[in-house]
Amino acid sequence: MVQIEGISRFYGNFAALKSVSLDIAQGERVVICGPSGSGKSTLIRCINRLEKHNEGRIFLSGVELNDSKASEEVLRTGVGMVFQQFNLFPHLTVLDNLTLGPIRARGMTRKDAETLAMTYLDRVHIADQAEKYPRQLSGGQQQRVAIARSLCMEPKILLFDEPTSALDPEMIREVLDVMVELAESGITMVCVTHEMGFARKVADRMVFMDKGEIVETAPPETFFSAPKSARCKDFLEKILGH
Amino acid sequence: MLRISAFVFMALALGGCSDQWGWYVVDPTTASGYANLKFLLSGLYYTVLLSLTAISISIVVGLLVALPGLSEKKLLRGFNRTYVELVRAVPILVLILWIYYGLPQVSGLTITVFWAGVIALALSDSAFQAEIFRAGIQSVDRGQNEASQSISLNYADTMRFVILPQAIRRILPALGNQLVYMLKMSSLVSVIGMEELTRKANELVVVEYRPLEIYTVLVLEYLVLILIVSAGVRWLERRMNADARR
Ligand SMILES: Nc1ncnc2c1ncn2[C@@H]1O[C@H](COP(=O)(O)OP(=O)(O)OP(=O)(O)O)[C@@H](O)[C@H]1O
Ligand SMILES: [Mg+2]
Repeated sequence: MVQIEGISRFYGNFAALKSVSLDIAQGERVVICGPSGSGKSTLIRCINRLEKHNEGRIFLSGVELNDSKASEEVLRTGVGMVFQQFNLFPHLTVLDNLTLGPIRARGMTRKDAETLAMTYLDRVHIADQAEKYPRQLSGGQQQRVAIARSLCMEPKILLFDEPTSALDPEMIREVLDVMVELAESGITMVCVTHEMGFARKVADRMVFMDKGEIVETAPPETFFSAPKSARCKDFLEKILGH
Repeated sequence: MLRISAFVFMALALGGCSDQWGWYVVDPTTASGYANLKFLLSGLYYTVLLSLTAISISIVVGLLVALPGLSEKKLLRGFNRTYVELVRAVPILVLILWIYYGLPQVSGLTITVFWAGVIALALSDSAFQAEIFRAGIQSVDRGQNEASQSISLNYADTMRFVILPQAIRRILPALGNQLVYMLKMSSLVSVIGMEELTRKANELVVVEYRPLEIYTVLVLEYLVLILIVSAGVRWLERRMNADARR
Protein backbone atom coordinates (compact mmCIF):
# COMPACT_ATOMS: atom_id res chain seq x y z
CA MET A 1 0.00 0.00 0.00
CA VAL A 2 2.70 2.47 1.09
CA GLN A 3 6.39 1.98 0.39
CA ILE A 4 8.73 4.46 2.00
CA GLU A 5 12.24 4.10 0.61
CA GLY A 6 14.99 5.91 2.42
CA ILE A 7 13.38 9.30 2.77
CA SER A 8 15.10 12.24 4.43
CA ARG A 9 13.67 15.58 5.42
CA PHE A 10 15.92 18.50 6.19
CA TYR A 11 15.16 21.78 7.89
CA GLY A 12 18.21 23.76 6.92
CA ASN A 13 21.07 21.55 8.04
CA PHE A 14 18.98 19.71 10.56
CA ALA A 15 17.71 16.29 9.47
CA ALA A 16 14.27 15.63 10.92
CA LEU A 17 14.21 12.33 9.05
CA LYS A 18 17.35 10.41 8.18
CA SER A 19 16.89 7.90 5.40
CA VAL A 20 13.76 6.29 6.80
CA SER A 21 12.28 3.20 5.15
CA LEU A 22 8.96 1.60 5.99
CA ASP A 23 6.45 -0.59 4.15
CA ILE A 24 2.83 -0.54 5.12
CA ALA A 25 0.62 -3.31 3.82
CA GLN A 26 -3.03 -3.05 2.89
CA GLY A 27 -5.16 -3.27 6.03
CA GLU A 28 -2.17 -3.04 8.32
CA ARG A 29 -2.32 -1.02 11.52
CA VAL A 30 0.97 0.60 12.39
CA VAL A 31 1.56 2.50 15.61
CA ILE A 32 4.51 4.90 15.72
CA CYS A 33 5.95 6.07 19.00
CA GLY A 34 9.09 7.78 20.16
CA PRO A 35 10.29 10.78 22.14
CA SER A 36 9.32 14.33 21.25
CA GLY A 37 11.16 15.68 18.23
CA SER A 38 12.04 12.22 16.94
CA GLY A 39 10.37 12.87 13.58
CA LYS A 40 7.08 10.98 13.98
CA SER A 41 4.92 13.82 12.71
CA THR A 42 7.33 14.60 9.92
CA LEU A 43 7.24 10.97 8.75
CA ILE A 44 3.47 10.64 8.54
CA ARG A 45 3.10 14.13 7.12
CA CYS A 46 5.37 13.05 4.28
CA ILE A 47 2.86 10.33 3.45
CA ASN A 48 0.20 12.90 2.53
CA ARG A 49 2.70 15.50 1.39
CA LEU A 50 1.99 18.08 4.05
CA GLU A 51 5.77 17.87 4.25
CA LYS A 52 7.86 17.15 1.20
CA HIS A 53 10.74 14.74 1.56
CA ASN A 54 14.11 15.91 0.24
CA GLU A 55 15.56 12.49 -0.47
CA GLY A 56 14.29 9.01 -1.12
CA ARG A 57 10.97 7.93 -2.55
CA ILE A 58 7.45 7.21 -1.34
CA PHE A 59 4.97 5.08 -3.25
CA LEU A 60 1.25 5.02 -2.61
CA SER A 61 -0.68 2.29 -4.41
CA GLY A 62 2.35 1.99 -6.69
CA VAL A 63 2.41 5.68 -7.65
CA GLU A 64 5.39 7.73 -6.62
CA LEU A 65 4.52 10.79 -4.57
CA ASN A 66 5.94 13.99 -6.04
CA ASP A 67 4.62 17.11 -7.72
CA SER A 68 3.12 15.23 -10.66
CA LYS A 69 -0.55 15.04 -11.62
CA ALA A 70 -0.64 11.28 -11.07
CA SER A 71 0.62 11.75 -7.55
CA GLU A 72 -1.97 14.43 -6.88
CA GLU A 73 -4.66 12.12 -8.17
CA VAL A 74 -3.67 9.18 -6.01
CA LEU A 75 -3.49 11.44 -2.98
CA ARG A 76 -6.90 12.97 -3.60
CA THR A 77 -8.87 10.15 -2.10
CA GLY A 78 -5.93 8.10 -0.98
CA VAL A 79 -4.88 9.49 2.36
CA GLY A 80 -6.85 10.95 5.24
CA MET A 81 -5.40 12.62 8.29
CA VAL A 82 -6.55 13.31 11.82
CA PHE A 83 -4.68 16.06 13.66
CA GLN A 84 -3.78 16.58 17.27
CA GLN A 85 -5.61 19.93 17.26
CA PHE A 86 -8.65 18.57 15.33
CA ASN A 87 -8.44 21.48 12.84
CA LEU A 88 -12.17 21.54 12.26
CA PHE A 89 -13.49 24.51 10.26
CA PRO A 90 -14.92 26.75 13.00
CA HIS A 91 -17.21 28.75 10.74
CA LEU A 92 -18.98 25.68 9.37
CA THR A 93 -21.46 23.35 11.01
CA VAL A 94 -20.43 19.78 11.70
CA LEU A 95 -22.36 18.65 8.64
CA ASP A 96 -20.73 21.27 6.40
CA ASN A 97 -17.31 20.32 7.77
CA LEU A 98 -17.98 16.81 6.55
CA THR A 99 -19.57 17.55 3.19
CA LEU A 100 -17.07 20.17 1.99
CA GLY A 101 -14.48 17.63 0.81
CA PRO A 102 -16.92 15.22 -0.84
CA ILE A 103 -18.68 18.06 -2.69
CA ARG A 104 -15.64 20.06 -3.78
CA ALA A 105 -12.97 17.40 -4.19
CA ARG A 106 -15.00 14.29 -5.01
CA GLY A 107 -17.67 16.03 -7.07
CA MET A 108 -20.60 14.61 -5.12
CA THR A 109 -23.98 16.32 -4.99
CA ARG A 110 -24.91 17.98 -1.73
CA LYS A 111 -27.61 15.42 -1.11
CA ASP A 112 -25.30 12.43 -1.60
CA ALA A 113 -22.61 14.13 0.46
CA GLU A 114 -25.02 14.71 3.32
CA THR A 115 -26.18 11.11 3.28
CA LEU A 116 -22.55 10.01 3.34
CA ALA A 117 -21.74 12.46 6.14
CA MET A 118 -24.61 11.20 8.28
CA THR A 119 -23.44 7.62 7.80
CA TYR A 120 -19.98 8.46 9.11
CA LEU A 121 -21.26 10.72 11.88
CA ASP A 122 -23.30 7.76 12.97
CA ARG A 123 -20.20 5.61 12.92
CA VAL A 124 -18.46 7.95 15.35
CA HIS A 125 -21.66 8.11 17.44
CA ILE A 126 -22.33 11.79 17.01
CA ALA A 127 -25.09 12.00 14.39
CA ASP A 128 -27.24 14.10 16.73
CA GLN A 129 -24.72 16.96 16.62
CA ALA A 130 -24.75 17.49 12.86
CA GLU A 131 -26.21 21.00 12.94
CA LYS A 132 -23.91 22.32 15.67
CA TYR A 133 -20.75 24.35 15.27
CA PRO A 134 -17.42 22.84 16.39
CA ARG A 135 -17.03 25.22 19.34
CA GLN A 136 -20.26 23.92 20.80
CA LEU A 137 -18.79 20.43 21.13
CA SER A 138 -16.42 18.92 23.67
CA GLY A 139 -12.86 18.10 22.62
CA GLY A 140 -13.66 14.41 22.32
CA GLN A 141 -16.69 15.12 20.18
CA GLN A 142 -14.67 17.48 17.98
CA GLN A 143 -12.01 14.86 17.40
CA ARG A 144 -14.66 12.31 16.48
CA VAL A 145 -16.09 14.81 13.99
CA ALA A 146 -12.59 15.24 12.57
CA ILE A 147 -12.30 11.47 12.18
CA ALA A 148 -15.66 11.39 10.41
CA ARG A 149 -14.52 14.22 8.16
CA SER A 150 -11.51 12.16 7.06
CA LEU A 151 -13.66 9.08 6.54
CA CYS A 152 -16.01 11.03 4.25
CA MET A 153 -13.17 11.13 1.73
CA GLU A 154 -13.15 7.30 1.93
CA PRO A 155 -9.36 7.15 2.07
CA LYS A 156 -7.39 3.99 1.55
CA ILE A 157 -5.17 4.88 4.45
CA LEU A 158 -5.83 6.99 7.50
CA LEU A 159 -3.09 8.83 9.38
CA PHE A 160 -3.42 9.92 13.00
CA ASP A 161 -0.99 12.40 14.55
CA GLU A 162 -1.38 12.13 18.33
CA PRO A 163 -5.17 12.32 18.09
CA THR A 164 -5.73 12.20 21.85
CA SER A 165 -2.87 14.38 23.09
CA ALA A 166 -4.93 17.57 23.20
CA LEU A 167 -7.82 15.92 25.03
CA ASP A 168 -8.82 15.92 28.66
CA PRO A 169 -8.31 12.46 30.16
CA GLU A 170 -12.01 11.70 30.44
CA MET A 171 -12.45 12.23 26.68
CA ILE A 172 -9.56 10.10 25.49
CA ARG A 173 -11.58 6.93 25.93
CA GLU A 174 -14.41 7.90 23.55
CA VAL A 175 -11.94 8.76 20.79
CA LEU A 176 -9.88 5.61 21.29
CA ASP A 177 -13.04 3.51 21.21
CA VAL A 178 -13.91 4.96 17.82
CA MET A 179 -10.38 4.29 16.61
CA VAL A 180 -10.52 0.69 17.79
CA GLU A 181 -13.78 0.21 15.90
CA LEU A 182 -12.16 1.70 12.83
CA ALA A 183 -9.15 -0.57 13.18
CA GLU A 184 -11.47 -3.56 13.34
CA SER A 185 -13.22 -2.44 10.16
CA GLY A 186 -10.04 -3.22 8.25
CA ILE A 187 -8.91 0.24 7.14
CA THR A 188 -5.17 0.80 6.83
CA MET A 189 -4.05 2.94 9.74
CA VAL A 190 -0.84 4.70 10.70
CA CYS A 191 -1.09 6.14 14.13
CA VAL A 192 1.34 8.28 16.07
CA THR A 193 0.30 7.89 19.69
CA HIS A 194 1.56 7.31 23.18
CA GLU A 195 -1.60 5.44 24.16
CA MET A 196 0.09 2.11 24.68
CA GLY A 197 -3.12 0.36 25.75
CA PHE A 198 -4.59 1.23 22.37
CA ALA A 199 -1.38 0.17 20.61
CA ARG A 200 -1.40 -3.23 22.30
CA LYS A 201 -4.99 -3.75 21.31
CA VAL A 202 -4.93 -2.81 17.63
CA ALA A 203 -1.36 -2.57 16.32
CA ASP A 204 -0.10 -5.15 13.88
CA ARG A 205 3.29 -3.54 14.14
CA MET A 206 5.00 -1.05 16.44
CA VAL A 207 7.54 1.43 15.12
CA PHE A 208 9.88 3.19 17.48
CA MET A 209 11.58 6.35 16.26
CA ASP A 210 14.36 8.41 17.76
CA LYS A 211 16.38 11.31 16.34
CA GLY A 212 14.90 11.05 12.89
CA GLU A 213 15.44 7.32 12.52
CA ILE A 214 13.37 4.20 12.87
CA VAL A 215 15.19 2.40 15.64
CA GLU A 216 12.99 -0.61 16.00
CA THR A 217 9.94 -2.25 14.45
CA ALA A 218 8.26 -5.27 15.95
CA PRO A 219 4.86 -6.81 16.55
CA PRO A 220 3.41 -5.44 19.79
CA GLU A 221 3.93 -8.64 21.80
CA THR A 222 7.69 -8.64 21.33
CA PHE A 223 7.92 -4.86 21.22
CA PHE A 224 6.50 -4.43 24.71
CA SER A 225 7.94 -7.53 26.35
CA ALA A 226 11.39 -7.60 24.79
CA PRO A 227 12.48 -4.34 23.15
CA LYS A 228 15.88 -4.82 21.55
CA SER A 229 17.48 -1.40 21.72
CA ALA A 230 18.37 0.43 24.89
CA ARG A 231 16.76 3.65 23.61
CA CYS A 232 13.46 1.89 23.09
CA LYS A 233 13.63 0.17 26.47
CA ASP A 234 14.31 3.52 28.05
CA PHE A 235 11.41 5.15 26.31
CA LEU A 236 8.96 2.39 27.20
CA GLU A 237 10.01 2.51 30.83
CA LYS A 238 9.34 6.21 30.95
CA ILE A 239 6.04 6.08 29.18
CA LEU A 240 4.67 3.01 30.91
CA GLY A 241 5.82 4.45 34.22
CA HIS A 242 7.88 1.49 35.42
CA MET B 1 -18.18 60.18 21.64
CA LEU B 2 -18.60 61.23 18.01
CA ARG B 3 -22.23 62.02 18.63
CA ILE B 4 -21.31 64.32 21.52
CA SER B 5 -18.64 66.15 19.59
CA ALA B 6 -21.07 66.57 16.71
CA PHE B 7 -23.52 68.13 19.11
CA VAL B 8 -20.91 70.47 20.58
CA PHE B 9 -19.84 71.43 17.11
CA MET B 10 -23.40 72.23 16.07
CA ALA B 11 -24.02 74.25 19.22
CA LEU B 12 -20.89 76.28 18.59
CA ALA B 13 -21.74 76.89 14.98
CA LEU B 14 -25.35 77.82 15.62
CA GLY B 15 -24.45 79.81 18.71
CA GLY B 16 -22.44 82.03 16.44
CA CYS B 17 -25.59 83.06 14.60
CA SER B 18 -24.76 86.70 14.97
CA ASP B 19 -24.30 89.21 12.16
CA GLN B 20 -21.27 87.70 10.54
CA TRP B 21 -23.17 84.41 9.92
CA GLY B 22 -25.52 84.15 7.04
CA TRP B 23 -27.45 80.96 7.50
CA TYR B 24 -30.06 82.26 5.07
CA VAL B 25 -28.03 80.64 2.23
CA VAL B 26 -29.07 77.22 3.44
CA ASP B 27 -32.28 78.09 5.26
CA PRO B 28 -34.77 75.47 4.05
CA THR B 29 -37.74 77.72 4.88
CA THR B 30 -36.78 80.12 2.10
CA ALA B 31 -37.01 79.14 -1.54
CA SER B 32 -33.40 79.98 -2.42
CA GLY B 33 -32.03 78.44 0.79
CA TYR B 34 -33.97 75.25 0.07
CA ALA B 35 -32.67 75.16 -3.49
CA ASN B 36 -29.10 75.67 -2.26
CA LEU B 37 -29.43 72.89 0.29
CA LYS B 38 -30.80 70.58 -2.36
CA PHE B 39 -27.89 71.52 -4.60
CA LEU B 40 -25.39 70.68 -1.88
CA LEU B 41 -27.04 67.36 -1.07
CA SER B 42 -27.17 66.39 -4.74
CA GLY B 43 -23.42 65.69 -4.53
CA LEU B 44 -24.14 62.80 -2.17
CA TYR B 45 -24.99 60.50 -5.03
CA TYR B 46 -21.55 60.66 -6.63
CA THR B 47 -19.66 60.68 -3.33
CA VAL B 48 -21.35 57.41 -2.38
CA LEU B 49 -21.26 55.86 -5.84
CA LEU B 50 -17.61 56.79 -6.35
CA SER B 51 -16.56 55.46 -2.96
CA LEU B 52 -18.50 52.21 -3.20
CA THR B 53 -17.31 51.48 -6.73
CA ALA B 54 -13.72 52.28 -5.81
CA ILE B 55 -13.72 50.18 -2.64
CA SER B 56 -15.31 47.20 -4.41
CA ILE B 57 -12.54 47.28 -6.98
CA SER B 58 -9.81 47.88 -4.42
CA ILE B 59 -10.98 44.92 -2.33
CA VAL B 60 -10.76 42.61 -5.33
CA VAL B 61 -7.41 44.02 -6.46
CA GLY B 62 -6.14 44.05 -2.87
CA LEU B 63 -6.99 40.38 -2.47
CA LEU B 64 -5.35 39.49 -5.78
CA VAL B 65 -2.21 41.33 -4.68
CA ALA B 66 -2.30 39.83 -1.17
CA LEU B 67 -2.32 36.21 -2.38
CA PRO B 68 1.09 36.25 -4.09
CA GLY B 69 2.40 37.94 -0.95
CA LEU B 70 1.63 34.72 0.92
CA SER B 71 3.34 32.47 -1.59
CA GLU B 72 6.44 30.41 -0.91
CA LYS B 73 7.90 31.70 -4.16
CA LYS B 74 10.23 34.64 -3.78
CA LEU B 75 9.26 36.14 -7.11
CA LEU B 76 5.58 36.31 -6.23
CA ARG B 77 6.32 37.79 -2.83
CA GLY B 78 8.55 40.32 -4.57
CA PHE B 79 5.67 41.32 -6.84
CA ASN B 80 3.48 41.89 -3.78
CA ARG B 81 6.09 44.00 -2.00
CA THR B 82 6.84 46.09 -5.08
CA TYR B 83 3.18 46.78 -5.77
CA VAL B 84 2.43 47.76 -2.19
CA GLU B 85 5.49 49.96 -1.79
CA LEU B 86 5.09 51.74 -5.11
CA VAL B 87 1.37 52.38 -4.95
CA ARG B 88 1.53 53.44 -1.33
CA ALA B 89 4.18 56.01 -2.13
CA VAL B 90 2.08 58.09 -4.55
CA PRO B 91 -0.20 60.74 -2.99
CA ILE B 92 -3.84 60.21 -3.93
CA LEU B 93 -4.26 63.70 -5.34
CA VAL B 94 -1.23 63.23 -7.57
CA LEU B 95 -2.62 59.89 -8.73
CA ILE B 96 -5.97 61.50 -9.58
CA LEU B 97 -4.30 64.24 -11.61
CA TRP B 98 -1.97 61.83 -13.37
CA ILE B 99 -4.70 59.39 -14.33
CA TYR B 100 -7.08 62.10 -15.52
CA TYR B 101 -4.64 64.28 -17.42
CA GLY B 102 -1.70 61.96 -18.04
CA LEU B 103 -3.12 58.52 -18.75
CA PRO B 104 -5.20 59.54 -21.81
CA GLN B 105 -2.03 60.91 -23.41
CA VAL B 106 0.00 57.74 -23.00
CA SER B 107 -2.85 55.29 -23.60
CA GLY B 108 -4.83 57.21 -26.20
CA LEU B 109 -8.03 56.38 -24.31
CA THR B 110 -10.40 59.05 -23.15
CA ILE B 111 -11.37 58.66 -19.58
CA THR B 112 -14.36 60.14 -17.79
CA VAL B 113 -13.95 62.09 -14.58
CA PHE B 114 -15.86 59.39 -12.73
CA TRP B 115 -13.66 56.52 -13.88
CA ALA B 116 -10.48 58.50 -13.42
CA GLY B 117 -11.58 59.08 -9.83
CA VAL B 118 -12.56 55.45 -9.31
CA ILE B 119 -9.27 54.14 -10.72
CA ALA B 120 -7.16 56.53 -8.68
CA LEU B 121 -8.99 55.85 -5.43
CA ALA B 122 -9.16 52.11 -6.03
CA LEU B 123 -5.51 51.86 -6.98
CA SER B 124 -4.34 53.82 -4.00
CA ASP B 125 -6.59 51.92 -1.59
CA SER B 126 -5.69 48.51 -3.05
CA ALA B 127 -2.20 48.70 -1.53
CA PHE B 128 -3.75 49.04 1.91
CA GLN B 129 -6.33 46.35 1.19
CA ALA B 130 -3.51 44.04 0.13
CA GLU B 131 -1.81 44.51 3.48
CA ILE B 132 -5.07 44.06 5.38
CA PHE B 133 -5.89 40.83 3.53
CA ARG B 134 -2.37 39.49 3.91
CA ALA B 135 -2.46 40.03 7.66
CA GLY B 136 -5.99 38.62 7.87
CA ILE B 137 -5.15 35.46 5.95
CA GLN B 138 -1.95 34.98 7.93
CA SER B 139 -3.92 35.21 11.16
CA VAL B 140 -5.89 32.07 10.24
CA ASP B 141 -4.33 29.03 11.88
CA ARG B 142 -2.02 26.94 9.68
CA GLY B 143 -3.95 23.86 10.70
CA GLN B 144 -6.89 25.11 8.64
CA ASN B 145 -4.76 24.92 5.52
CA GLU B 146 -3.47 21.49 6.42
CA ALA B 147 -6.96 20.19 7.13
CA SER B 148 -8.14 21.53 3.77
CA GLN B 149 -5.24 19.82 2.05
CA SER B 150 -6.00 16.59 3.89
CA ILE B 151 -9.50 16.58 2.41
CA SER B 152 -7.99 17.35 -0.99
CA LEU B 153 -9.36 20.84 -1.49
CA ASN B 154 -7.45 22.74 -4.14
CA TYR B 155 -5.98 26.19 -3.49
CA ALA B 156 -8.99 28.14 -4.77
CA ASP B 157 -11.50 26.11 -2.77
CA THR B 158 -9.35 26.29 0.35
CA MET B 159 -9.29 30.07 0.07
CA ARG B 160 -12.94 30.42 -0.83
CA PHE B 161 -14.53 28.03 1.63
CA VAL B 162 -12.06 27.83 4.51
CA ILE B 163 -9.55 30.66 4.80
CA LEU B 164 -11.30 33.77 3.49
CA PRO B 165 -14.55 33.34 5.43
CA GLN B 166 -12.48 33.27 8.62
CA ALA B 167 -10.11 36.03 7.53
CA ILE B 168 -12.89 38.41 6.49
CA ARG B 169 -14.53 38.20 9.91
CA ARG B 170 -11.29 39.35 11.43
CA ILE B 171 -10.55 42.16 9.00
CA LEU B 172 -14.07 43.56 8.93
CA PRO B 173 -13.21 46.47 11.28
CA ALA B 174 -10.22 47.35 9.10
CA LEU B 175 -12.38 47.18 5.95
CA GLY B 176 -14.84 49.53 7.64
CA ASN B 177 -12.01 51.95 8.34
CA GLN B 178 -10.99 51.86 4.71
CA LEU B 179 -14.52 52.64 3.57
CA VAL B 180 -14.62 55.68 5.86
CA TYR B 181 -11.22 56.71 4.55
CA MET B 182 -12.44 56.25 0.99
CA LEU B 183 -15.50 58.45 1.55
CA LYS B 184 -13.24 61.20 2.81
CA MET B 185 -10.65 60.82 0.06
CA SER B 186 -13.36 60.94 -2.61
CA SER B 187 -13.54 64.68 -1.91
CA LEU B 188 -10.19 64.99 -3.70
CA VAL B 189 -11.80 63.97 -6.98
CA SER B 190 -13.55 67.35 -6.91
CA VAL B 191 -10.35 68.86 -8.33
CA ILE B 192 -10.95 67.25 -11.71
CA GLY B 193 -14.60 68.30 -11.69
CA MET B 194 -16.39 65.31 -10.21
CA GLU B 195 -19.79 66.59 -9.08
CA GLU B 196 -19.65 65.12 -5.61
CA LEU B 197 -20.24 66.77 -2.23
CA THR B 198 -17.11 68.90 -2.08
CA ARG B 199 -17.38 70.10 -5.67
CA LYS B 200 -20.99 71.12 -5.14
CA ALA B 201 -20.00 73.10 -2.06
CA ASN B 202 -17.17 74.80 -3.93
CA GLU B 203 -19.51 75.74 -6.77
CA LEU B 204 -22.06 77.19 -4.38
CA VAL B 205 -19.42 79.15 -2.52
CA VAL B 206 -18.41 80.83 -5.76
CA VAL B 207 -22.01 81.91 -6.39
CA GLU B 208 -23.14 82.77 -2.89
CA TYR B 209 -19.88 83.80 -1.33
CA ARG B 210 -20.78 82.30 2.05
CA PRO B 211 -17.89 79.82 2.57
CA LEU B 212 -18.34 79.57 6.33
CA GLU B 213 -21.94 78.34 6.21
CA ILE B 214 -21.57 76.25 3.11
CA TYR B 215 -18.44 74.46 4.26
CA THR B 216 -20.03 73.94 7.66
CA VAL B 217 -22.87 72.16 5.92
CA LEU B 218 -20.27 70.19 3.95
CA VAL B 219 -18.55 69.10 7.16
CA LEU B 220 -21.90 67.99 8.56
CA GLU B 221 -22.70 66.08 5.37
CA TYR B 222 -19.51 64.02 5.67
CA LEU B 223 -19.99 63.62 9.39
CA VAL B 224 -23.50 62.22 9.08
CA LEU B 225 -22.55 60.02 6.14
CA ILE B 226 -19.61 58.53 7.98
CA LEU B 227 -21.51 58.05 11.22
CA ILE B 228 -24.10 56.08 9.28
CA VAL B 229 -21.41 53.97 7.61
CA SER B 230 -19.68 53.29 10.93
CA ALA B 231 -22.96 52.21 12.47
CA GLY B 232 -23.54 49.94 9.49
CA VAL B 233 -20.12 48.32 9.83
CA ARG B 234 -20.63 47.80 13.55
CA TRP B 235 -23.99 46.20 12.89
CA LEU B 236 -22.38 43.85 10.35
CA GLU B 237 -19.64 42.96 12.82
CA ARG B 238 -22.17 42.17 15.51
CA ARG B 239 -24.14 40.02 13.13
CA MET B 240 -21.10 38.07 12.00
CA ASN B 241 -19.92 37.57 15.56
CA ALA B 242 -23.37 36.35 16.53
CA ASP B 243 -23.17 33.97 13.57
CA ALA B 244 -19.83 32.70 14.71
CA ARG B 245 -21.04 32.18 18.27
CA ARG B 246 -24.12 30.18 17.39
N1 LIG C 1 9.00 23.51 10.01
C1 LIG C 1 10.08 23.13 10.73
N2 LIG C 1 11.18 23.89 10.75
C2 LIG C 1 12.27 23.52 11.45
N3 LIG C 1 12.35 22.40 12.17
C3 LIG C 1 11.27 21.60 12.22
C4 LIG C 1 10.08 21.92 11.50
N4 LIG C 1 9.18 20.94 11.73
C5 LIG C 1 9.78 20.07 12.54
N5 LIG C 1 11.04 20.43 12.84
C6 LIG C 1 11.98 19.69 13.67
O1 LIG C 1 12.05 18.37 13.23
C7 LIG C 1 12.14 17.49 14.31
C8 LIG C 1 11.07 16.44 14.21
O2 LIG C 1 9.81 17.06 14.38
P1 LIG C 1 8.48 16.23 14.50
O3 LIG C 1 7.38 17.21 14.65
O4 LIG C 1 8.39 15.27 13.38
O5 LIG C 1 8.67 15.44 15.86
P2 LIG C 1 7.65 14.52 16.62
O6 LIG C 1 8.29 13.22 16.79
O7 LIG C 1 6.33 14.56 15.96
O8 LIG C 1 7.57 15.23 18.02
P3 LIG C 1 6.31 15.49 18.98
O9 LIG C 1 6.15 14.26 19.79
O10 LIG C 1 6.77 16.64 19.82
O11 LIG C 1 5.15 15.82 18.13
C9 LIG C 1 12.03 18.33 15.57
O12 LIG C 1 13.32 18.48 16.11
C10 LIG C 1 11.51 19.64 15.10
O13 LIG C 1 12.04 20.68 15.85
MG1 LIG D 1 4.43 15.42 16.43
